[in-house]
Amino acid sequence: MEIFLLLFFILVLAIFLGLELISKIPSTLHTPLMSGANAISGITLVGALSLDTGSNIQMILAFCAITFASINVFGGYLVTNRMLRMFKKK
Amino acid sequence: MIDLDFQIIQQLGYIFSAMLFIYGLKMLSKEDTAARGNLVSSTGMFLAVLVTIVEIINPLLVISAIVLGGLIGSLFALKVKMTSIPEMVALFNGFGGLSSFFLAWSEFNNLTTSSLIMLITYATVIIGGVTFSGSVIAFLKLSEMYKGGSNFLNLASRWFLIFSLIFIAIAGLQIIVSSLGIYSFNFEIIQKVFIALLIISILTGLAFVVPIGGGDMPVVISLLNSLSGIAAASAGILLTNTALIVAGCLVGASGLVLTLIMAKSMNRTLYNIFFVGYESSGSSSAEIDGEIKPISAEDAYLVVESARSALIVPGYGMAVAQAQHVVKELGDLLEENGCEVSFGIHPVAGRMPGHMNVLLAEANVSYDNLLEPKDINPKMDTVDIAIVIGANDVVNPSATEEPGSPIYGMPILEVHRAKTVMVLKRSMASGFAGVQNPLFFKENSRMLFGDAKESISKLVAEFKD
Repeated sequence: MEIFLLLFFILVLAIFLGLELISKIPSTLHTPLMSGANAISGITLVGALSLDTGSNIQMILAFCAITFASINVFGGYLVTNRMLRMFKKK
Repeated sequence: MIDLDFQIIQQLGYIFSAMLFIYGLKMLSKEDTAARGNLVSSTGMFLAVLVTIVEIINPLLVISAIVLGGLIGSLFALKVKMTSIPEMVALFNGFGGLSSFFLAWSEFNNLTTSSLIMLITYATVIIGGVTFSGSVIAFLKLSEMYKGGSNFLNLASRWFLIFSLIFIAIAGLQIIVSSLGIYSFNFEIIQKVFIALLIISILTGLAFVVPIGGGDMPVVISLLNSLSGIAAASAGILLTNTALIVAGCLVGASGLVLTLIMAKSMNRTLYNIFFVGYESSGSSSAEIDGEIKPISAEDAYLVVESARSALIVPGYGMAVAQAQHVVKELGDLLEENGCEVSFGIHPVAGRMPGHMNVLLAEANVSYDNLLEPKDINPKMDTVDIAIVIGANDVVNPSATEEPGSPIYGMPILEVHRAKTVMVLKRSMASGFAGVQNPLFFKENSRMLFGDAKESISKLVAEFKD
């Protein structure tokens, strides 16, 4: 039980930190921000890697979780990089 | 088999990767550091995966899944056109949700009797499932493969949402009651409830997004973006993994900020967007005085050629026509001609936050030339010509002049105050909001009908002659 309270504490702090950070991002960069957020949400990859793969159904579920998270990580970072390299000032 | 030392290294790795995510986002607040910020963030991801992958049990499964996902993701990222970024982001929101959905499903099979863990599992499945199926609908709508629900479907969707909320409440209540020891129920019932939840969460996502119109998509994909992060954070609590919690919350907060900015830019509450929609939020049938004044490309050239200051206002129509490159060319020619050119970008122009900025960046327009309404509106009276390219609702003067209009109060680009307005448009169809636009009937307005790309190409050709 205590561990969940601690985790919840981290959750609340991270949300407030996120709100502060994001509200400083100019609207010019909102699209790359969203695709970058896609990539960061691929963090579920880390969770998926530590899943149990004891039974067949768990194996399939872990495989799917890892695959979809990897799509987000690779696709998200690459497309964000592609976009941000286009932002230039004269 | 895993000793304590390694777990400490792993936790330290997660802390360091969280720092990199945060610093990467901080660098995203300036255009010139943004690209490096993305690199910093991806280093954080690499580190988090690295310290996790060392202890994996089933390397073959893991590596093949990462390679498969990596290939698909990279292919998407390198092939996608800049005009289709909203569709891609919508799809990726869905994949993020789906990944959390599978995570929680898999964890369900290790379920202990703790009711708290069960509640978190339920929450993760529901948020992940709703995000996934909602995003699929958003993707279909954005890529125009699916137009939106019929009246029957919209009504059914709303009833389904209510029904599923009741079901979820009952299921949650059951867990709480059984954990209090009032009665205990067996694993078979729990399993059935869980399967029902899997299905209901998917259907709820569909019911949620089906009734929402195309014009509200910037809000919807921002919200789904946020939900994909919240699902990850929820999965993080379930797995007691701090990396998931912190990264998930950052994404959740990001999407939330964007959602609120979008809603504010449309002067609508979230309740109105998700549960009412434009069609029933009151309509005005005020008569519009004045007449439409169509103009040919040759005459348009004469107007543009004599202008000393110009404001270009792009909208979704520019994206559809893929006209960003010719627009940039027109801007350059105007500047060579001694005209001062800037771009007016409304926050909800296009189908996602910042959509126009990316398209113009692709066409090499300098980002300090892209102005928000609050920067350009005070100077609008000095603008000789405002060129509106495929934008409609974001330049509708009803928002400032007509208190009865559904869009009244929405902050707009007040191009009607410019000396001349030239509107490039395919037809007289109204915008997403379904509201007639009095701008087209104003004394100082000229309409250049046709495909935006063709029309501008003609103007460019006139300049070169």
